Amino acid sequence: MDETILKEYGRDALLRDAPTDDAVLHVGRKAQHTGLTIDIVKEISEVKGEPDWMREKRLESFRIFESKPVPTWGPDLSQLDFASIVGFVRPKGKENVQPNKWEEVPDEIKDTFERLGIPEAERKFLAGASVQYDSEVLYKSLRKSMTDLGVIFTDMDSAVRDYPEIVKKYFMNKCVPASDNKFAALHGAFWSGGSFVYVPAGVKVPMPLQIYFMMNYPGFGQFEHTLIIAEEGAQVQYIEGCSAPHYTKDSMHAAVVEIFAHKESRVRYTSIQNWSTNVYNLNTKRAVVYEDAVMEWVGGTLGSKVTMLYPCSMLMGRGARAEHLNIAVAGAGQVKDNGAKVFHMASDTSSKIVSKSICKEGGVVRYRGKLFVAKNALRVKSNVRCDTIIVDSKSKAETVPVMDIRSKDAVIGHEASVGRISEEQLFYLMSRGIDAEEALSLVVRGFIEPIVKELPLEYAVEMNRLIEMEMEGSVG
Amino acid sequence: MSLLETKGLKAYADKKEIVKGVTLSVQPGEVHVIMGQNGSGKSTLLNALAGHPKYHVEGSATFEGNDLFAMKPHERARAGLFLAFQSPNEVSGVTLSAFLRRAYVARFGKEVSVAEFEKIMNEKMRLLGMDRAFAERGVNEGFSGGEKKRSEILQLAVLEPKLAMLDELDSGLDVDALAKIAETIALIRKPETSIIIVTHYARILKNLPCDRVHVMRDGKIIASGKGELAGRLEEKGYGWIANAAADVG
Repeated sequence: MDETILKEYGRDALLRDAPTDDAVLHVGRKAQHTGLTIDIVKEISEVKGEPDWMREKRLESFRIFESKPVPTWGPDLSQLDFASIVGFVRPKGKENVQPNKWEEVPDEIKDTFERLGIPEAERKFLAGASVQYDSEVLYKSLRKSMTDLGVIFTDMDSAVRDYPEIVKKYFMNKCVPASDNKFAALHGAFWSGGSFVYVPAGVKVPMPLQIYFMMNYPGFGQFEHTLIIAEEGAQVQYIEGCSAPHYTKDSMHAAVVEIFAHKESRVRYTSIQNWSTNVYNLNTKRAVVYEDAVMEWVGGTLGSKVTMLYPCSMLMGRGARAEHLNIAVAGAGQVKDNGAKVFHMASDTSSKIVSKSICKEGGVVRYRGKLFVAKNALRVKSNVRCDTIIVDSKSKAETVPVMDIRSKDAVIGHEASVGRISEEQLFYLMSRGIDAEEALSLVVRGFIEPIVKELPLEYAVEMNRLIEMEMEGSVG
Repeated sequence: MSLLETKGLKAYADKKEIVKGVTLSVQPGEVHVIMGQNGSGKSTLLNALAGHPKYHVEGSATFEGNDLFAMKPHERARAGLFLAFQSPNEVSGVTLSAFLRRAYVARFGKEVSVAEFEKIMNEKMRLLGMDRAFAERGVNEGFSGGEKKRSEILQLAVLEPKLAMLDELDSGLDVDALAKIAETIALIRKPETSIIIVTHYARILKNLPCDRVHVMRDGKIIASGKGELAGRLEEKGYGWIANAAADVG
């Protein structure tokens, strides 16, 4: 397949003042390269016109990527073929613009949008067929109010160009260095797109910053980088949605998210990922949380073939707090290996982890958590709660909590429950006129409610609908 | 036509016969009471009628002339059959009001807005002297025994079934609480609503007049009679009925 599509949603959705042709989609020929080679790394840097330091960072990352073995401690990644992954899709000039046709969007995706009740204009945008005209004004005015506050919300590529001093200081440096793991290194070499958020000291961003990522090319490797910096006393909420149409070739998503929550700041990062079921979703997400700052992770992981995702909070300053809330659903052929990591490096730090998993039709969910308390971190509190619903006997759930507690007075709570949806419970609902499928979906919705209620309304609605769609056909 | 008609109804759990051939006819507006000791098969009979998947059934049962056993549990409910459970399940995270609205839509086959349903439910709650906040709790989540019964009664009131089957409504309730619930049933009941009450004790009948009393023993109805039968049972115990079964009519 020769045709290529570039979607840089950060730019399209957030930066443009008015829709123009070349900001829509870039479609051309012979612009993509299969395989992940050093030549492609160089080319990416060149095409983007990056400064030397970023080019060096990419090349160093690539060396680390090559030197590290594929991790074997988690899910089976032996089917992941790096050589077939398309590392970069080059934008073409205006003359080659040939927007994707809405008609060409797979029915499965159209159907998803239909049932989510997303308006057609928006659907076209989400499917990569059009830009989101309707929201332009909103973004524009949002951007104006942001600018007045000194807030920066832009795509990562522009940030490298426009805010080099900030990016250079934070980008894959202290938080997620390329040496962190093989996929972070891969990301460091091939990253493209993503969001950059900077909130100056004392500024409270009045509404959530939102972005939607879409993987739109078969066999594509998506490596978007998100960097969020909240200065002292700042407050910000960031929300991203992700999805991909189902292509025949396996794809890979290896994102890195780096968050810096400085003293007394408050950051909430929300992500709803609904990848198609042949995507390897291998992310590294981490926050560095300083004195009296609060970091909140809210996540929903649906879809994908294999997900490895363990958002991490490094509680570096006294009184720092972290909250991790996650919902994971694993269906046929899917492995969700996810959880949370919290490092209590200072006294009076506290954390709360709530994980809700659902597995069905042979899906595997695994909660993998790590809790570390440093020797000199006193009065640490942490509470972990993992609940799992196993819908049928083919499916599997596991919990792998690792705790390394080195201080003397840490108060740690861990609760886990694994339940099956009982015949009695479904019968109770059915005896009130609710059919079997709806009864199951109602039980599941109730189960995830503690996390869904933390989502903004439109995301809560989307989450519930996604879950409902996931649960369809689960009862005989 | 009878509202409910069973002939030689048998119910098995794991191939064990629990209900061993029950023939029963309930007319619109009638109140029937089924009494009997633990393990006599009364609750199983109600659950089998409601379509509990645990039970395999034989014999026949019709509801308004339709074959009940050909209907799935939710179809029976939509047709107007209601079972108030002895110990209803929790559905954590789903509010009673949201659950009831779905049930209402299913029962009457028409969409109602949240606001419309709110009106309907609030009126019933007022009638039952219930606090509105109660409906915003998770279905049976952390409910006391009494609260569970009240929740079942509220559901009964909102769904207005043609046949309400009340399974051991009196278990775990003191005399006053039971009297109150019996009163509310009398209050919300329409003249054409039929009721089957399963109980150990006759005391609920002090507040709710009944048309027929049946005594179950070992999976069978061994005696049927008018309301006074319940009183005599209360007085003399089940031993008496076993011996005198044939005589009461």
